[in-house]
Amino acid sequence: MSRLRFIIPLVVFALLVAVLGIGIRQSPDKNIIPSPLIGKPAPAFSLPNLIEPGQRVSTAQLRGHWYLFNIWGTWCVECRVEQPMLLKIKQSGVIPLVGLDWRDDPNDALSYLKQEGDPYETIAVDQDGSEAIMWGAYGAPETFLVNPQGIVVYKYIGPITEEAWQREILPRLPLASTPAAGSSS
Amino acid sequence: MRIRAGRLLLAALCASLLLGVSAAYAIAPTRMPTPQLEARYLDLIHGFRCMQCQDESLADSPVDLAADMRREIRDLLLAGKTDQQIRDFMVSRYGYFILFKPPFVLGTAWLWLAPGVILLVGTVVAVGVIRKRAAIAATDPRDDDLTDA
Repeated sequence: MSRLRFIIPLVVFALLVAVLGIGIRQSPDKNIIPSPLIGKPAPAFSLPNLIEPGQRVSTAQLRGHWYLFNIWGTWCVECRVEQPMLLKIKQSGVIPLVGLDWRDDPNDALSYLKQEGDPYETIAVDQDGSEAIMWGAYGAPETFLVNPQGIVVYKYIGPITEEAWQREILPRLPLASTPAAGSSS
Repeated sequence: MRIRAGRLLLAALCASLLLGVSAAYAIAPTRMPTPQLEARYLDLIHGFRCMQCQDESLADSPVDLAADMRREIRDLLLAGKTDQQIRDFMVSRYGYFILFKPPFVLGTAWLWLAPGVILLVGTVVAVGVIRKRAAIAATDPRDDDLTDA
């Protein structure tokens, strides 16, 4: 009995270590907050088309194929960082990029794309920032992988890197897609 | 008949007042048309985390995203949504992280129950120790150390 009592504090201590250990492991980075949208339908929208004025970009048009939904803006420094990678993805033809021009002046956006190249299949305009909230965006760039059924499969926060493309996005796509993008570098 | 016309007039008056108020306050988004709505609005924006500057609430944050979110909350309130519906909406987009006060759900149950459990365990241990000491003191009344404790 006295032997057992001696063990109790040790057990309690071990338990505490385990709980704290799990706590540290599960919150590795305060900047990356898991999205509750994963596994759920992408927010439905119908927004002005940046490239073709008068036209709209809507969820209905996007149904039936995989796409990357990329939230960006000309004010966003990190978006410039990922721009070459986005162009690479476009060149690969693996998956179309759908842009959400967030809190931006459409004229600035157009001249930016003219200068830097346009990696997007289509771009929706979210001038007042309300659509970004629907997607749970809290910074740019943020990129969502959406499947043909319109379900959000994955979210990547920050500029897409070669590594993110190879490790996180490509493996989630059906095998039919050819992993050609970013084979250089 | 007269009552109905009166009500109609009253409703029209209210509607025009409301419209006038919301238009007048469109530039100052922190003002709501009624004190009740204003109180609920302030309560809500203090309860949400600014996702960009995570230790500040939406009420205190100067960033654009927080302003957009405050506008969203104001619009939802004006559309007649309840506080719970607005909270659910924000959680469905940003997760529980956006709430400063985590809700009582399966995943957070331990968080809420742990203090009670710890207190209970402590009480049980303390009672056990006190009783034991009392018993020892009862059998040996000459032991000053123990009777004093």
